[in-house]
Amino acid sequence: MENRRDFLKTAAAGAVLLGSNSNLALAAAIDQHTEKGKSKVVVARDAALHTATGQLDEKRVADLLDRAIAAYTGRDKPAEAWKRIVPVGKVIGLKVNGLGGKPIATHLALTLAVCERLQKAGVKPSEIVVWESHRGDLERAGYTISTDRNRIRCIATDMEGYGHEEKPAAFGSVSVNFAKILTRECDFIINLPVLKDHELAGVTFSLKNFYGAVQRPGELHANGCNPAVADLNCIPALRDKFRLTIGDATASIYEGGPGYRPEHLWYPNALIVGQDPVAIDYIGWQIIAKKRAELGLPTLESAGRPTTFLTTAADAAHKLGTNDPKRIHLMEI
Amino acid sequence: MIRSNWKLAVAAVAILVVVVGVGCKKKHADPFPASGAIAGWEKTSETRVFAAKDLWQYIDGDAEQYISAGVVSTSTSDYKFQGQIEVVVDVYTMGDAAGASKILAKGQTKDANSVQLGDAGVSYAQSVIFRKGPYLVRIVAYESTPQAPQALLALAHGVEAKL
Repeated sequence: MENRRDFLKTAAAGAVLLGSNSNLALAAAIDQHTEKGKSKVVVARDAALHTATGQLDEKRVADLLDRAIAAYTGRDKPAEAWKRIVPVGKVIGLKVNGLGGKPIATHLALTLAVCERLQKAGVKPSEIVVWESHRGDLERAGYTISTDRNRIRCIATDMEGYGHEEKPAAFGSVSVNFAKILTRECDFIINLPVLKDHELAGVTFSLKNFYGAVQRPGELHANGCNPAVADLNCIPALRDKFRLTIGDATASIYEGGPGYRPEHLWYPNALIVGQDPVAIDYIGWQIIAKKRAELGLPTLESAGRPTTFLTTAADAAHKLGTNDPKRIHLMEI
Repeated sequence: MIRSNWKLAVAAVAILVVVVGVGCKKKHADPFPASGAIAGWEKTSETRVFAAKDLWQYIDGDAEQYISAGVVSTSTSDYKFQGQIEVVVDVYTMGDAAGASKILAKGQTKDANSVQLGDAGVSYAQSVIFRKGPYLVRIVAYESTPQAPQALLALAHGVEAKL
């Protein structure tokens, strides 16, 4: 029988680096064509995702999601692919990001498409929880609050009956009170972050989206969010539940983020899928860096916000994934 | 001599009361035009106010640049133009004009149009940003439409008049 050490050598590195039992099955399910020892990241693009007037084509979002998941899992049929991702009988939390308002939040069309595919894979509506920190952010992003436990729930930590754990959880430099939605309502988390420039961290995407899972994220921003981002993601209450990132890069902010800055908005028209959040963030950073270079903007490092948290997240003390491009199997479709 | 000191003390207290009164009045000034005050514009939410220490609750990750520039409080409200264009108006009360100036200067791009608003201002297709004294105002539209730039400017003038 393959022990954990052997598995580390042969399975997809992204899952392995996460070090969570919950991720082992998914690691085995990832397309066998993944180069061994590398973290697989799929960047799926559709240039026609937005209309000329900037409207998102919802049907195309769903189709793009299917293409991305098919490429990631190596299964053409969406239902079959999703069955490889999610276990039956468990509650799946979809951590969205509503901070920037409708244009730059996790787009509702993407979240709905994920919910639909989860159900087609056998997940009951009552086993799906869409969640964020603030109810107002969800509503401004176009989500409808729903607390009915027989249906898909859409809830926020600041709503009555949820809140944060009283007992803090800690790793390294951080000690945080997690949202009860994370600790008590969800068995697994699919992360649906938004790719954006970030005033302090350089880039916000997969790892930093979990600032929305703690009580006082404002305390985690010192020194470009480093090492706080990495430390936070290492806390078992979060790390053991994280399963997959489906990054929303359909629209993005290349400067002035993470708030909505329409003057710095552009449409990468992409979904970025992977299980290694460091690799995902690295690829997201490269996409923003390329856009900034095209526009003649200084690099994020020159602008005083290097993405040093990625180096920390990949180091031996954290092992959250890899920021080494040679260890990332990038599939652009 | 004693009577003279007494008069001076009364005068000093009076001046202090006036100064504090003006200061308080400014801090609590409502910069948000009511529905209909500006043609076509409807105020669609309650005004929310965040002290500097709570600003992360509104703009987590974005708050630090305002805090380092000396923000005292932030007020925000949603608006809608002719039932179509959704807009957010943020009014940042900084400790001084230099703080407002610092934020305004940050992140301007080549397509910024200089506009006559307050002490200085710029506009884009979907946003208007200006400063007036210690106030920094950012008005952002969620949609890009042909009438948005003019409508945003009208709303911005309405806010400016209330500062």
